[in-house]
Amino acid sequence: MPVNEQMLKEQAKEIRKDIVSMIGAAKSGHPGGSLSAAEILTYLYFEEMNVNPAEPKWEDRDRFVLSKGHAAPVLYATLARKGFFPVEDLMSLRKIGSHLQGHPDMKKVPGVDMSTGSLGTGFSAATGIALACQLDKKPSYVYTLLGDGELQEGQVWEAAMSAAHYKLDNLIAFVDNNGLQIDGNIDDVLSPNPIDAKFAAFGWHVQVIDGHDFGQIADAIKAAKAETGKPSVIVARTVKGKGVSYMENQAGWHGSAPNAEQVAQAMEELN
Amino acid sequence: MANIATRDAYGQALAELGAINDKVVVLDADLSKSTKTNDFKKVYPERFFNLGIAEQNLLGTAAGFAAAGKIPFASSFAVFAVGRAYDQIRNSIAYPNLNVKIAATHAGLTVGEDGGSHQMLEDIALMRAVPNMTVIVPADGVETKQVVMAAAEHQGPVYIRLGRPKVPVLLGDDYKFEIGKGVVLKEGTDVTLIGTGIMVSKAMEAAELLAADGISAAVVNISTIKPLDNALITEMAQKTGAVVTAEEHNIYGGLGSAVAEVLVENCPVPMARVGVEDKFGESGLPDELLEKYGLTAANIAAKAKAVIAKK
Repeated sequence: MPVNEQMLKEQAKEIRKDIVSMIGAAKSGHPGGSLSAAEILTYLYFEEMNVNPAEPKWEDRDRFVLSKGHAAPVLYATLARKGFFPVEDLMSLRKIGSHLQGHPDMKKVPGVDMSTGSLGTGFSAATGIALACQLDKKPSYVYTLLGDGELQEGQVWEAAMSAAHYKLDNLIAFVDNNGLQIDGNIDDVLSPNPIDAKFAAFGWHVQVIDGHDFGQIADAIKAAKAETGKPSVIVARTVKGKGVSYMENQAGWHGSAPNAEQVAQAMEELN
Repeated sequence: MANIATRDAYGQALAELGAINDKVVVLDADLSKSTKTNDFKKVYPERFFNLGIAEQNLLGTAAGFAAAGKIPFASSFAVFAVGRAYDQIRNSIAYPNLNVKIAATHAGLTVGEDGGSHQMLEDIALMRAVPNMTVIVPADGVETKQVVMAAAEHQGPVYIRLGRPKVPVLLGDDYKFEIGKGVVLKEGTDVTLIGTGIMVSKAMEAAELLAADGISAAVVNISTIKPLDNALITEMAQKTGAVVTAEEHNIYGGLGSAVAEVLVENCPVPMARVGVEDKFGESGLPDELLEKYGLTAANIAAKAKAVIAKK
């Protein structure tokens, strides 16, 4: 159980409110898969990762690659709350001239370690960063977050094979296993299940947790770091749209923006 | 100097580069003996990474290395490096302007016997259309070595197009390659022959054929197709009043298209393109294929006469 659980819960709540309000202001974006990952991002940036907002390119930092790049709002909100850039910037999401592009752009946003958006690409990049850190014997850990629908991309399994082959025990991947993708339930569209057995067969250390439980996230990362000679995947069971009643478990909220009334209702529920 | 394949010169250059730049890492996709990255692996095994037959992950991993400050050279056959991993090149390398060098071998018809499935004739067009990408096609082994060194110094993605067969060494030891600069190899007054890659040699031969008929042809080596040396191309068109391009690539989207764009906007003159005329290749010996698809000195000379007649 993390000592700061109350603080983490408060941060996750603020991040959820940011996600809903910035997507509402942008009138477009991906709330469902952003809300499902709020605890994972909160825990990584506020408890786990060795990063310095004043020096975002610090060489020995831990890295985070948002392979499911459409969940940019949860990353932006987390980075802003951590101090990488002003929280007020969040309201410029997806607007012309903003550094907060629809999908993460490492050239524009302090703290974004890799540009992503095309699914599967971030996972390979994370393995490349982890290989470079391994080569230089750096202390850094590389974290990445994939969607469960994203596992349908062939590139994911190419990267999974190479990460295990190169024994990347500095690489810790999360799967945001919310069970839904744009066209519906992942099992109806094209089932990636069983996710845990697939990664195990590829030579990964595998854990399955409740992705909204800070204690389980903490324990899983600890266990992943204790594992040597293989990369770790943490399959996080989550609820798409978590925290906003009308969005929860609704595939339709994958890529739709709430209107002003819906934003107000969400704020009330999140408070 | 003996004939040498540009891929062989690439392998030798990588091994030399490894000694002078410890940020260089080399990645391959199970073709290291053919792409010649094996030459680097032999001396710097700890900085060599075989990603297996998985080109998307090859280019994606290279992007990660670059994001962590390394200078990755990623190699495969051109048809796979560009064809299978276009999205990774676009979104993971070029969009974030990462410092990845894509050295693709076995480009063009001269792959030979493997046939049309393996003869990449669209890669210049594809790579030229991607923002931030520098596109270089060395003419011979001498230029290839300099291109590899210049690419390592250049900040940003570079696509280097290399070939399979041994080709004549055309350029002398005093040749100086510079990214974005074309080089006039022969002065002339009646027509300018602009070649890239192995077709530079053919253009030189064509100039000799034309000289025998009393025609004075200038020959320009355009190894950097992007950024293109617009000033030199315009100047040569103004001087000679006619242009023929020659490339081992589809006539759509490659050197010929790039030169046409410059001329139309700056100095419209009669122009013709020698290249593969929107066809796939087939199995055969490299020289047989070049002959069959019109990538010959004779065809360049014939087109030169045709554009001169249009002046």
